[in-house]
Amino acid sequence: MSKIKDDTSSIWTSLAKKGVSRRDFIKFCSTMAATLALPSSFVPRIVEALEKKQRPYAVWLEFQDCAGDSESMLRATKPTIAEVVLDVISLEYHETIMAGSGKSAEKALQDVVKNQKGKYIAIVEGAIPTKDGGIYCTIGGKTALDIAKEVCGNAAMSLAVGSCASWGGIASAKPNPTGAVGVGAAVPGITYVNLPGCPMNVENVTATVVHYLTFGSLPALDGEHRPLFAHGKIIHNNCERRAHFDAGQFVRKWGDEGHRLGWCLYEMGCKGPEAHFNCPTIRWNGGTSWPVQAGHPCFACASTNNWDAFGPIYSRLENVPGAGYQTTADKIGATVAAVAAAGVAAHAVIRAAKGTPHKEEKE
Amino acid sequence: MEKRVYVWEFPVRLTHWVNFLSILALSITGFYIGAPFLHAIRENQFIMAQMRFIHFVSAYVFTVSFLIRIYWLFMGNQYSRLNQFIFVSGERWKNLIDTALFYAFLKKDLPHSPGHTGIAGLTYFIMFLIFLLEIFTGFALYSESHLPGFIWTFMGGWLFSIMGTGTVRLIHHLLMWVIGVFTIVHVYVSWHNDVIEKNGLMSSIFSGYKSIEE
Repeated sequence: MSKIKDDTSSIWTSLAKKGVSRRDFIKFCSTMAATLALPSSFVPRIVEALEKKQRPYAVWLEFQDCAGDSESMLRATKPTIAEVVLDVISLEYHETIMAGSGKSAEKALQDVVKNQKGKYIAIVEGAIPTKDGGIYCTIGGKTALDIAKEVCGNAAMSLAVGSCASWGGIASAKPNPTGAVGVGAAVPGITYVNLPGCPMNVENVTATVVHYLTFGSLPALDGEHRPLFAHGKIIHNNCERRAHFDAGQFVRKWGDEGHRLGWCLYEMGCKGPEAHFNCPTIRWNGGTSWPVQAGHPCFACASTNNWDAFGPIYSRLENVPGAGYQTTADKIGATVAAVAAAGVAAHAVIRAAKGTPHKEEKE
Repeated sequence: MEKRVYVWEFPVRLTHWVNFLSILALSITGFYIGAPFLHAIRENQFIMAQMRFIHFVSAYVFTVSFLIRIYWLFMGNQYSRLNQFIFVSGERWKNLIDTALFYAFLKKDLPHSPGHTGIAGLTYFIMFLIFLLEIFTGFALYSESHLPGFIWTFMGGWLFSIMGTGTVRLIHHLLMWVIGVFTIVHVYVSWHNDVIEKNGLMSSIFSGYKSIEE
């Protein structure tokens, strides 16, 4: 963690000092261009920007969270994306990994907010509770809501990393006892990007920062304030198991033959057809794997309100509210249809017994 | 004297049978899409892809059929117009009550209804709304695999601003059952009334003509 005063070096110089080779640096810039869905002609622009631009100051705030997004960043592998992230941005404050503690740590945060007002990046991890004056999450005697208002309100831009910071995440799932919301809702009017996911994907976060450094603007966003380069397509359309979906080859039970053969997880409740994310192409942990590759259905972790809005994790169709745990929509439908069939049959019997009105007599 | 009356004009009969065929195709393929009951044995079978293709094509056919029928609410003859479904006159309400009493064996005669009975008119009006909701929920689910755009928002994407995708799917699925239950009752009542009135009601949806007493 460098001190604010020392830090005037450009991103490339500081990377070089850390022993990152020129080749790895260019590779990183190419990866970023590809992640941002930019043509290769943009690589020189990214290189130029990272060679010249000073590292932006950044603070990392943690609220109602599990530190999973910090883990996601720190566990990133080759070409030491974590290093790149930590070096692309000059991280002045991060509760989990900073050496300082107590008053000196809070002072580091205050220094950035005061001295770099309007210039630093606020990265927020975790939901912000708003109920009962925000008392459910306090740091150094201040509520998360007040800290977010102060820190995000004075930042050049805020990055809401992970689903909790983006829209409240699991903390905001029904019945949402703490009134948890995301950064955009907690601090209205700020410039921010949602980078949801459970956890966030560090490559998308880095790419967003690189986009900001290269073009001086935020990447194009979708209706949920997520960058389109990462959330423009549904998982289903780039899924490696898509061919099995179209063919009609599905996993029906955990560990059955289809599961061992890597068939489609649709019947196991996969939300890939609804979830917009670039997991199948960018993958996780340095491109090692991602949930569907590992044999687990997607549960739309990066889609707003996925816990409440996307139905059960292991089923495609939710049950009728109030009808009970075992009662599926099809059971209800079949029962009603059977009652209707029995009803018309009974009516026909009564009609036959009563006889029909004799119309022909009138003629 | 009985007279042959041209009750169901061509667009009415056409949309009726297009609806029947597309709803049948949509229900079978929709069931499969909801819970795939056939599994491919070979790699080169494309069961889900074909089911989805049939479902989406039938959905467009059904939507167009629905729109033609809506158009005919304003252009058709006296038996197919809007006021047969949305009651403005007390006479239609009286017909509804009398028909209900007849079906409940509380009245001796079926009221004279050359077109739709009052019950049928009101039921079809509700079915029109259910069809419309089925179209909106269907296109909303369909839109999820497309890039956002005005046309998708208009065709059903607006539903996502009031409910989650899970609820939209549940409604889409449950309404299929409602249409199925309607079909059971609809076919029975048509047969029943054909027997009662001996007016050729069942064949009228093919020919358009009913025998109606003067």
